[in-house]
Amino acid sequence: MEKLRVLVTDDEMGMRLGVRRSLQDFTVFVPDVNETVGFVIDHAESGEESLEKIRQQPPDILLLDHKMPGISGLEVLEKLAGMKTDMLTVMITAYASIETAVAATKQGAYDFLPKPFTPEELKSTIRKTATRLILARQARKLAEEKQQVRFEFIRVLGHELKSPLNAVGGYLELMKKRQRGDDLASYDEMLDRSLDRIDGMHKLIRDLLDLTQIESGRKNRSLAEVNVAAIARTAVETVRAAADSRKIAVRIHAADPVSMQADAREIEMLLNNVLSNAVKYNRDGGSVDLTIERRDGQVVVETVDTGIGMSAEETGRVFDEFVRIRNERTQHISGSGLGLSLVKKISQLYHGSVKVESQPDVGSTFTVSLQADKASAA
Amino acid sequence: MATEKPLVLLVDDDEDFLFQQRVQLQDAGFEVITAQGQAQAEKILADQKPDVAVVDVMMENPDAGFVLCHHIRKNTPSMPVILVTSVNSETGIDFDMATEENREWIKADVLLSKPIRFEQLLGEIDRLLAVKK
Repeated sequence: MEKLRVLVTDDEMGMRLGVRRSLQDFTVFVPDVNETVGFVIDHAESGEESLEKIRQQPPDILLLDHKMPGISGLEVLEKLAGMKTDMLTVMITAYASIETAVAATKQGAYDFLPKPFTPEELKSTIRKTATRLILARQARKLAEEKQQVRFEFIRVLGHELKSPLNAVGGYLELMKKRQRGDDLASYDEMLDRSLDRIDGMHKLIRDLLDLTQIESGRKNRSLAEVNVAAIARTAVETVRAAADSRKIAVRIHAADPVSMQADAREIEMLLNNVLSNAVKYNRDGGSVDLTIERRDGQVVVETVDTGIGMSAEETGRVFDEFVRIRNERTQHISGSGLGLSLVKKISQLYHGSVKVESQPDVGSTFTVSLQADKASAA
Repeated sequence: MATEKPLVLLVDDDEDFLFQQRVQLQDAGFEVITAQGQAQAEKILADQKPDVAVVDVMMENPDAGFVLCHHIRKNTPSMPVILVTSVNSETGIDFDMATEENREWIKADVLLSKPIRFEQLLGEIDRLLAVKK
């Protein structure tokens, strides 16, 4: 159990002992974080001693008497102004005067306890203060974690953008040096490779913008009744050229219409991504079967390919951002590493899920389930 | 003996890096053979003996290059190895071969940090080949 440190600052010994007695076995349950905290009590007999202890190690909660010989409680607060700590102060005032209350609040006191107070009143104030402290810490921790995730995303993104730029820069250098002499045709391969890298960067930026839109641009969603089968037919046409060139058959199995409440653009992104993966990671002469059906209030989209497949370890991380499965068979396949994380995010918007079953050299089956009538408006 | 072109083995999972260094090495008078990772390099080394190997660190595994160096050192101690890595710029881990401790476990003759200039790579290859003779 976490113990919060309470520093009681009062010149009256009876008060210090009373507080210690009331709080030493007291615990507070904070339901939001499902955590119980107890208290360790320390004391100071004057403002000066209190300041010294706080500067050494700030307590979590400071119970501070106002009227003391030497410096007053308010002066203690003044001297602590600007100190970096999340300590919360409860002022103890003999007569709950408005002026003291206002002045203390200005100096950052969190609450008041008018003297004399009962043990119950003390516990109630401490409960409130401790809860506030724990929740504030929890919020800060979550914010920090979120920021870490963002930093990590930006770091990887930087790397993903830098490597194609380096590659294209390298080819331009070689061409500038006339590395292969003056025959322009001898540079064709370098030009083709450069254009491929630029294509890859375009795709990455497009996926990135899609992802940003899914994550933040939810104001612009236009939810309406859409026919998933019709969107699927268009998506199949967009991968047709790539599929035909490698003799991959793409078949669609769907009733018409398959209706749901959705933003058409999101469904299009989702279908484009699962279909283009099924084609890209397929074998020449293979096939892709896309099935769309309504089942128990859900729209279920399933692609079955005859591709290179994945190991169990690989299927476990394939929905993470910037994850690309790297092996000899995928080294010539380009991708941003964002497509499937986009699919996952979209499925979440529809209170749905995405899963994959795969076997190396046999193929992969991706199944996306979406709630047909419960698109999140959030 | 007729002056044969020295054979360089280039190992890197970055196709563009392989292509660009290969073109320049060929024009500088080397035979070049490339591998896209440790596994492919080991296959090549099973029946060819390059005069020098240029090896990237992070390939199919984050330490694939180190492992490859160890194997080369064990099987062909006379083959000089140049490690080329972006570990420093990518992870912020600062490491080099300046300390005895690192020289102890990094089984390479030279360690270069990416991005590298071709002239720098060429200089190291020439130097190592001269020492070998």
